[in-house]
Amino acid sequence: MLDETNSGNVLVEVRDLKMHFPIHAGVFKKRVGEVKAVDGISFDIFEGETLGLVGESGCGKSTAGRAILRLYDITEGSIKIDGVEIGPTPQPKLREMRPTMQMVFQDPQASLNPRMSVAAIIGEPLDEHTDFSKKEKREKVLGLMDAVGLNRDFANRYPHEFSGGQRQRIGIARALALNPKFIVCDEPIAALDVSIQAQVVNLLEDLQEEFGLTYLFISHDLSMVRHIADRVAVMYLGRVVELATREELFRAPKHPYTQALLSAVPEPDPSLEEKVERILLEGDVPSPSKPPKGCNFCTRCPQVMDICKEIDPTGKEIAAGHQVACHLYADT
Amino acid sequence: MTDATIQAARPPRSQWWDVWDQFKTHKGAMAGLIFFVFIIAAVYLGPFLWTIDPTYIDIRARNSGPSLAHPFGADQLGRDILARMLQGGQVSISVGLTAMLLSLVLGTFVGVLAGYWKRLDGLLMRLTDLFLALPLLPLLLVIIMLFRDPLRAMFGLETGIFILIVFVIGITSWMQTARIVRGDVLALKEREYVLAARSIGTPSRRVVLRHILPNIMSPIMVSATLGIANAIITESALSFLGLGFPPDYPTWGRLLFDAKDMIQQYPERVIWPGLAISLTVLAVNYIGDGLRDALDPRIRGR
Repeated sequence: MLDETNSGNVLVEVRDLKMHFPIHAGVFKKRVGEVKAVDGISFDIFEGETLGLVGESGCGKSTAGRAILRLYDITEGSIKIDGVEIGPTPQPKLREMRPTMQMVFQDPQASLNPRMSVAAIIGEPLDEHTDFSKKEKREKVLGLMDAVGLNRDFANRYPHEFSGGQRQRIGIARALALNPKFIVCDEPIAALDVSIQAQVVNLLEDLQEEFGLTYLFISHDLSMVRHIADRVAVMYLGRVVELATREELFRAPKHPYTQALLSAVPEPDPSLEEKVERILLEGDVPSPSKPPKGCNFCTRCPQVMDICKEIDPTGKEIAAGHQVACHLYADT
Repeated sequence: MTDATIQAARPPRSQWWDVWDQFKTHKGAMAGLIFFVFIIAAVYLGPFLWTIDPTYIDIRARNSGPSLAHPFGADQLGRDILARMLQGGQVSISVGLTAMLLSLVLGTFVGVLAGYWKRLDGLLMRLTDLFLALPLLPLLLVIIMLFRDPLRAMFGLETGIFILIVFVIGITSWMQTARIVRGDVLALKEREYVLAARSIGTPSRRVVLRHILPNIMSPIMVSATLGIANAIITESALSFLGLGFPPDYPTWGRLLFDAKDMIQQYPERVIWPGLAISLTVLAVNYIGDGLRDALDPRIRGR
């Protein structure tokens, strides 16, 4: 993948990542199948960039994010972060790698322990990975609170005393505590109202500039991804169907699913709104435990061909830095 | 960052002061605490003031009602009931507290292990079911028959039987706690803050100590307060069956059972120990209630 914006080093390298959850049923809890939540995704994230990961609910975005941080024991594949392979590493050994990679969670209410004060929450990573004295720790925590725009007086308060946006700032401060290089933002703005969303996204952008962070930004909000991401990967049923730079993807989406997804974004200008042609997909997303034969999207694709129902398309680079997994572009 | 700015932010105040402040606002809990402290003081310091030996037999005073010499009256052998209540309280309260602690620790330990580590779940919960299915009384009989004499030889008469009773009550009453705790741990470990802790690299044992245990405080508190009541009553039942402390050794339960034959002639002899048991249990319940509220930051400060 060569592109002028992506001249940096690869920080995160994901290859054929698979995360299957077993389904047990019956009296003897026999394994009867598996949910293929993430079924072979590959991409690179360059240092200092933001990769947007979009897709509808249940397509495996969050699972992918968590699997990349090895919060799950992955089924297959390789994950390299900062040159270190962490795919097959057992959990206890991952501890040393944890400071490099952190996560911001979707629900700021649920991701903060209600019984810990803000200072204790932000300080938890420091307790685990540094041997700061009490005073050093407090200094660092207060510094982090400044960095995310929280009043220092709030240090001894508890999460329930804060608004959603402030709670998300606490979550971000916790993720920043160990000076990570790579942060997975798992729909960090989905639970916030619109005015706060902008604040949090701008904060994330400022922090990226200040600390040189790399983000994997998971979202279903296309306009927000368009705002923050440098490159965008589109997921459908556990696969990445299209991966391109932001401009390229929003200007000329190639995969039929991406086209349908983008056509669903509301157009603010009423005069243009009438001209927008909506692509409405028929039917429902197939169950990830029984994906269709051939292309995962073949059951709903408006441009389906015979080959789609037989052979699974692989990702092809059709232009510099623009990958599509679709038979329509097999020859180009 | 300069020193001045650090000091500008309030220094962290110990959480326990906040807990105490909240506890004080709970009227029932304060009343319970005061009463409980009073009972403890009475049963442990009282014998120094009321110096009649609880086993001294003053046969002329037998079955006498309340008088200056015997404020609570005397029993059928002429022993002073107040002195017996005070000494009985020592035993009943210490048995109640220790047995509750033992069953709580055991129950929480098993519950957390079973809830947090899926591999242990099946095994530990079947063990819990097994204990629940055991017929309690025959089991107690066998345990006491087997271990009473060796323990008496080892620790002396009273300490031996005390250890035995606490142990017996403890290991036969932890199952409810274990089940409740397991259920709560199962729910809590799927919460995002536990995931967040794992993404930080917190090892499981510290996740349990830092995130799980503080959040299952409420059900543990409830089982604890109920556990004290249960332990006191079980001890009474054991004494009644002749399996507990020796017959001349007073406990609240024993006093109650000794008096029950003459409940119609001398109802006050049943009322005193009965009242002591109920009020102690009630006080402990209120303390637990207040403590549970005070430990929850969401309720604190309201």
